[in-house]
Amino acid sequence: MTLLSLDGVSRVYATRRGIIGRPVPVRAVDQISLSVAPGRTLGIVGESGCGKSTTGRVALGIERPSEGSVTFQGAAMPTPGTPAWRRMRGRLQLVPQDPLGAMDRRLTIATQVEEPLIIHAIGDKSDRRDRVQALLRDVGLRADLAERHPHELSGGQRQRAVLARALATDPALLVCDEPVSALDVSIQAQVINMLTDLQEARGIAMLFISHDLKVVRQVSHEVAVMYLGRIVEHGDPEAIFADPLHPYSRALVSAIPVPGPRRIERVVLTGDPPNPADRPSGCAFHPRCPVAVAACAVTTPDLRPAADGRLVACHLVPAAGGTA
Amino acid sequence: MLRFAALRLGRALLTIALVVTFAFIVLRLSGDPAMMIMSPDAPPEALKAFREAWGLDEPLWLQYLKYFTAILQGELGQSMRDGRPAIELVAERIPATLLLTLPALALKIGLGIPAGIYAALHRNSMTDRVVMTFAVAGFTVPSFVLGLILVLIFAVQLGWLPSGGQEGWRSVILPVISMGLGGAGVLARFTRSAMLEVLGQPYIRTASAKGVPWGAVVRGHALPNAAIPTVTVVGFMVGSLMAGAVVVESVFSWPGVGRLMVVAVANRDLAVVQCVLLLVSATMVTSNLIVDLLYGVLDPRLRGQAPAAGGGH
Amino acid sequence: MTSAPLVSIRDLRVAFHGLPALRGIDLDVAPGEAVGLVGESGCGKSVTWLAALGLLPATATITGSVTLDGTELLGAAPAVLDRVRGGRVAMIFQDPASALNPVKRVGVQVAEALRLHRGLDGGAADAEVLRLFDQVGIPDARRRVHIYPHEMSGGQNQRVMIAMALAGQPELLVADEPTTALDATIQAQILDLLRRLQQETGMALVLISHDLGVVAEMCRRVCVMYAGRIVEQAPSDTLFADPRHPYTRGLLAALPDMVGPRRRLEAIAGGVPEPWNMPPGCAFAPRCASAIAACDAAIPVFHPVAPGHDAACIRLDAMVPE
Repeated sequence: MTLLSLDGVSRVYATRRGIIGRPVPVRAVDQISLSVAPGRTLGIVGESGCGKSTTGRVALGIERPSEGSVTFQGAAMPTPGTPAWRRMRGRLQLVPQDPLGAMDRRLTIATQVEEPLIIHAIGDKSDRRDRVQALLRDVGLRADLAERHPHELSGGQRQRAVLARALATDPALLVCDEPVSALDVSIQAQVINMLTDLQEARGIAMLFISHDLKVVRQVSHEVAVMYLGRIVEHGDPEAIFADPLHPYSRALVSAIPVPGPRRIERVVLTGDPPNPADRPSGCAFHPRCPVAVAACAVTTPDLRPAADGRLVACHLVPAAGGTA
Repeated sequence: MLRFAALRLGRALLTIALVVTFAFIVLRLSGDPAMMIMSPDAPPEALKAFREAWGLDEPLWLQYLKYFTAILQGELGQSMRDGRPAIELVAERIPATLLLTLPALALKIGLGIPAGIYAALHRNSMTDRVVMTFAVAGFTVPSFVLGLILVLIFAVQLGWLPSGGQEGWRSVILPVISMGLGGAGVLARFTRSAMLEVLGQPYIRTASAKGVPWGAVVRGHALPNAAIPTVTVVGFMVGSLMAGAVVVESVFSWPGVGRLMVVAVANRDLAVVQCVLLLVSATMVTSNLIVDLLYGVLDPRLRGQAPAAGGGH
Repeated sequence: MTSAPLVSIRDLRVAFHGLPALRGIDLDVAPGEAVGLVGESGCGKSVTWLAALGLLPATATITGSVTLDGTELLGAAPAVLDRVRGGRVAMIFQDPASALNPVKRVGVQVAEALRLHRGLDGGAADAEVLRLFDQVGIPDARRRVHIYPHEMSGGQNQRVMIAMALAGQPELLVADEPTTALDATIQAQILDLLRRLQQETGMALVLISHDLGVVAEMCRRVCVMYAGRIVEQAPSDTLFADPRHPYTRGLLAALPDMVGPRRRLEAIAGGVPEPWNMPPGCAFAPRCASAIAACDAAIPVFHPVAPGHDAACIRLDAMVPE
């Protein structure tokens, strides 16, 4: 059973080069397919410009895919702005990286958590007050913080408040876009634990977008690695982080500095990630790939199952039950 | 870069065309030149003759079309009042105006920018507060009020300087000060905040961290960056070289472009008004154009981005 | 530590508008050594080195002593500091894109350091800039010296910063979160470069980072900071294998692992104390599970755990190896 699925989704933007250049189409997200089951977490990792945040916005229904389709709870994602879309919005919520930017600085925490209840016409006044209190308790915010304003809270407390607001409409899916990246390690652990606890208690599914592989490994049941708008490896986090098959995943995992001995020998890539507007031919990773062969510059590898069932998009990884 | 310049030039010409059109519409809809110049009591035949002579009896759109084509051919028309070519009337007033506005501009820049830089470098010091108090006073008091106060003190009370007219360099002093002080205040505040913004940037700390002496950090790293926003304000001041003196010229009865304009508007003397407006908007637009080009010189981020790979010099 | 320290910091204290940011730092850096400073935001790890080099705004009150080869740097004449900064001690920063002057060509910015510290001008400076660009791995150096920071990627800008730091042939490079603003694969490149340069030049390295992993990989010795003080210092292998201060233990337990079975993270309760609300004794006591009444009595001093391993905690007897 799936809650959310993206099928062959692409998102194309037109950008101009220079002040009066001709518009160039940029494929921020290029033919990706993924699905999230109820109560499960799909982690999306990748570096800046890989399209992970765009994927999140498409999954939320804030952006329409240029190609492909998005299905949520068995029905096609309604067009943004329509009544159907507004009704569905409560079931799909965003947890952003910057909680301060996502809140209204002039309103108290309690007012902001209550707002979605009013919008979706949930409960009467006293009922809503009880709900707000319960929500704040669920995210571990002291009751006396309810009457404070966002700037009077610490970073961790703000992230909890944003989460309480997101939970108000009892969502089935949270799209978390770098939710702990701006937090210090000790606070980050508090928020991560809370997210996993909430998932367990409420059966919420999560699309967890982050550049931090350690955090993604901690929360995810499944992981997709993105490079330049495409998924290059997709599967079980234990398998991917212990033994990445795609050369890019391998470089990415090996780049994580860890205290103590490392399991995978470090692969230091040369060069910067290319500009999505200037996508290399064939496999987009081939100019930086340490093991690329001639075919990599010509044909784009498909995402197909490898021996252990995970999906990999690389010509050099043997497909399950076939030849490379 | 060339394409960038051409684009800006096209936009500048469009601006001038719009100004001319706007003035035509406002002036022609707000009063009848014949009435204004001939006086409303003039016999109807005289008014009719006047209108026919100046083409005022034709449909408005035709007048506009004729007027506009004339301008394109460089023909700016004659004053309805005394029949002289408008351009001649305007041209003979330009030196008088510049005699006021150029020294005033020099005063604004020469006083405002150093004061702003000094205030920023000595933020929250006594000097900073004194400079900023004067700056605020300088631009909250309108130039004509300041002019009147100056006249009261230095002309009426002390009798040191003339209160108006053209009596050599001594007549220039009061109008120049009354125009320049306000602008200097604006520029000082603007320069100060631009400098403070820049001094807080990480690259200033980088320059210090690599051992650049503070004076050289200010001159070599802070000023070139602070110059970018400051140029906008200076450009605006240069742009108002022609139009900036209208009020002060009236206060000091100075025979410049501004006074000519005031009289021409009162008379609905279209050709003269248009000619002044053309001059004013051409100055504005030219200075804007120069500012835009200067941005490109001062800030490499605003030059037409060359494709990442090519980008040769 | 056998050799005489290159830099010696004693009881360094910094306050902004009367609020303490550093509350007594003692730290020696030996020639050629790589020391890591780790801690969460606001712990004072960057302020320590900005204060040492006189780079804090005039509103900061600074006391204590910072000596370079015996020469006092705190309160030194500007001319003395200008020779040290970028010369004997160079510094690079977190966000390379904003740390470079946007209106100057990158080559010119590197050449400026060469002129100041090595008296190089004209053709000699140009040649040296090219050599430095090659050394820090900027491809196509001949063309890149003429471009502006906004025309380069973040990783390339950080390489320019490093080239600029190397220009003065420093004995110590202070790298303040040099890879925090960069992507993971670029971070790996820059750390690799810093490690190689340190070996090639023999300069000492102070690496300031919030990332325990980065520090563990790069440094022989690590100092953990909390609320303006160093709470534990040890060789990095020891620190990660056998941390003794409850805060260090808490930090390591809060960090998700990359290998091994997944476990629930052990978060440290509460938050860092505000500068206007410092606990009377140990600043970590309010969040510490092992705290006793005596922890609030006085700020704990260093107690030796093993040679080269000290922890500022009066409950070390309770902090047995795990």
